[in-house]
Amino acid sequence: MPKLLFTNARLIDPEAQTEALGWLLVKDGSIAATGVDAAPSADEVIDCKGKCLAPGIVDIGVKVGEPGERHRESYASAGRAAAAGGVTTIVIRPDTSPALDTPEALEFVMRRAKEDSLVNVLPIAALTKGRLGHEMSEIGFLLDAGAVAFSDCDAVVTNTKVFQRALTYAKSLGALVIAHPQEPTLSAGACATSGKFAALRGLPSVSPMAERMGLDRDIALLEMTGGKTGARYHADQITTSRALPALERAKANGLDITAGTSIHHLTLNELDVADYRTYFKLKPPLRAEDDRIATVQAVASGLIDIISSMHTPQDEESKRLPFEEAASGAVALETLLPAALRMVHAEQMTLPQLFRALALNPAKRLGLATGRLSKGAPADLTLFDPDKPFILDRATLMSKSKNTPFDGQRLQGKVVSTYVAGEKVFG
Amino acid sequence: MSFAHRHLLGIEALSQADITAILDLADQYVTLNRSPSKHSDALTGLTQINMFFENSTRTQASFELAGKRLGADVMNMAMQASSVKKGETLIDTALTLNAMHPDLLVVRHPNSGAVDLLAQKVNCAVLNAGDGRHEHPTQALLDALTIRRAKGRLHRLNIAICGDIAHSRVARSNLILLGKMENRVRLVGPPTLIPSQFSEFGCEVYHDMHEGLEDVDVVMMLRLQKERMDGGFIPSEREYYHRYGLDADKLKRAKPDAIVMHPGPMNRGVEIDGDIADDVTRSVIQEQVEMGVAVRMAAMHLLAENAKAAATSKGTYV
Repeated sequence: MPKLLFTNARLIDPEAQTEALGWLLVKDGSIAATGVDAAPSADEVIDCKGKCLAPGIVDIGVKVGEPGERHRESYASAGRAAAAGGVTTIVIRPDTSPALDTPEALEFVMRRAKEDSLVNVLPIAALTKGRLGHEMSEIGFLLDAGAVAFSDCDAVVTNTKVFQRALTYAKSLGALVIAHPQEPTLSAGACATSGKFAALRGLPSVSPMAERMGLDRDIALLEMTGGKTGARYHADQITTSRALPALERAKANGLDITAGTSIHHLTLNELDVADYRTYFKLKPPLRAEDDRIATVQAVASGLIDIISSMHTPQDEESKRLPFEEAASGAVALETLLPAALRMVHAEQMTLPQLFRALALNPAKRLGLATGRLSKGAPADLTLFDPDKPFILDRATLMSKSKNTPFDGQRLQGKVVSTYVAGEKVFG
Repeated sequence: MSFAHRHLLGIEALSQADITAILDLADQYVTLNRSPSKHSDALTGLTQINMFFENSTRTQASFELAGKRLGADVMNMAMQASSVKKGETLIDTALTLNAMHPDLLVVRHPNSGAVDLLAQKVNCAVLNAGDGRHEHPTQALLDALTIRRAKGRLHRLNIAICGDIAHSRVARSNLILLGKMENRVRLVGPPTLIPSQFSEFGCEVYHDMHEGLEDVDVVMMLRLQKERMDGGFIPSEREYYHRYGLDADKLKRAKPDAIVMHPGPMNRGVEIDGDIADDVTRSVIQEQVEMGVAVRMAAMHLLAENAKAAATSKGTYV
């Protein structure tokens, strides 16, 4: 395989937390070397013209509509969207129909992904059968079939005993459990965060405290299942300031816990719903501005480890409904990086800090070698211009579904090209 | 008289002048409605469709009568029994009706914001007859007209709104309207039915009804829905009546000339004592019903004028 050299690149290294102008050499699909001095020779040279070269994004929690909802998103369209967004690994959610709760189902999606997807695909399997929260799924078989984590997605395992046993069993296999911290009975029926805005709009709402209660329960269970030697746990979305002290304590106590948040909760707040705009209906619902700022700060400090797109394709029909009846979720594979760059432009975090949350931390949590610019890592790379301004037109999205809340908004930062194992998949 | 609106979706979008314009015109319609010949030709040739996705007797009858007195062709559609049951979406239903060229759509829907959504998809005037727990603008307007006629003004009054604020679109619209007209509004009820965020709306919140009614000019009672009574939000009907039902004892704390209002239908012996509801010196509940027809005539008249102006020229309504 020929050697590929990126020169004149602003290298974003999330491991070293540095950014410097330099070169990066790719050989046999892996990063062979990087440097800031004189570049070595290569078969093909790409002049990056001072643009940013960063590890490709590892996006935990992407919904692809296979099986069941292929009209909303297929592996082909999700792969194109990911490549266009600088995402080189998508970690898919099991909330398909039917749920990915058997090794057979997992084999099916892995085959489909291999056939059609431009980027790496890794599956999360359902933690309980049918995501119903009654009986745990075949965690061992599913691990053998390639599951990188286990989750019931937004279906909280209400029965604490079932969840405790699943955590205990998962622990024995070293499996990662991803949970949605939310007190499910308190948040039942809610589609907004309680506060003045929800009261004015007359929307059923839930207190942000429901998130903390969900997290508190899960942390107590982690202590129960063995404390420091307990289960490996990841909270999919922490979006409120009230949940952060609990997370901080749990980490300080040495529990094996990490937390993520969604790009939308970092860049939008509840007021964006305005006159019942259903593209802004998310789960959990958008929060108050104070919570958004606290969440951004927690990402910058590293308390929140991972930023995800929580890519959730929905067709027009499921969104063109009264707000309460409309489906939740938004597509975000392509807008993840431009939206996240808002925080960099606002000087709330640096590019290396951003890519720690977008690439390095998710890769580390899943035990992947990608997500970094170090020698020997797969050459999963994204080259982007952090300053290029544009107005998003949702019709131009590669996703089959166009339900983005950023339609018509001004964004700054565009992907120039994306590489998976040294192969160009976009640009 | 200016009323620069295409739809009447809520009180939130109205200005003081808009509210006064509707109430002034409604006053004229009260006179008309009390005369032997109750007809006007403001809506002659226009088609009004009442779409009620939620059961209603009084509001629907009031809108129907208002339209008929103004000379419109009025059609009632009971949406629960129609294609909605067959799985048609709200927007498809709206587009189907839109193709029949109505001029006025009167819509009630159980979901907040549903009427706004529908208004985006049709090209006629839409009146919100109640959407979820969001707004019920004509109810607030008829309440305002009732207060203005009984008290001689609609500003600098102490007004208590009592009962199930949380689930009430009537309370929201009234709260917004009375605030816009510069009144002092108090909310009175159990904390389970007045979530804390309501204190951010510039009103005072009372959980003790005796205190809440101290020196008020207007006591506005709300209906307590049956399904809220059994242990979910309040322990029981009788405990609610004891603590929050309007009786002579509690009413004594209000000003001697305070009026008592209720949007109906009433639960006698739950939120209001029967004797007070029937006391013609205090209760204006029947007047509210009368004002309802006049206010709806006024609102539809103003919207129809705007629509006509828009059809003949490039109108300036929003």
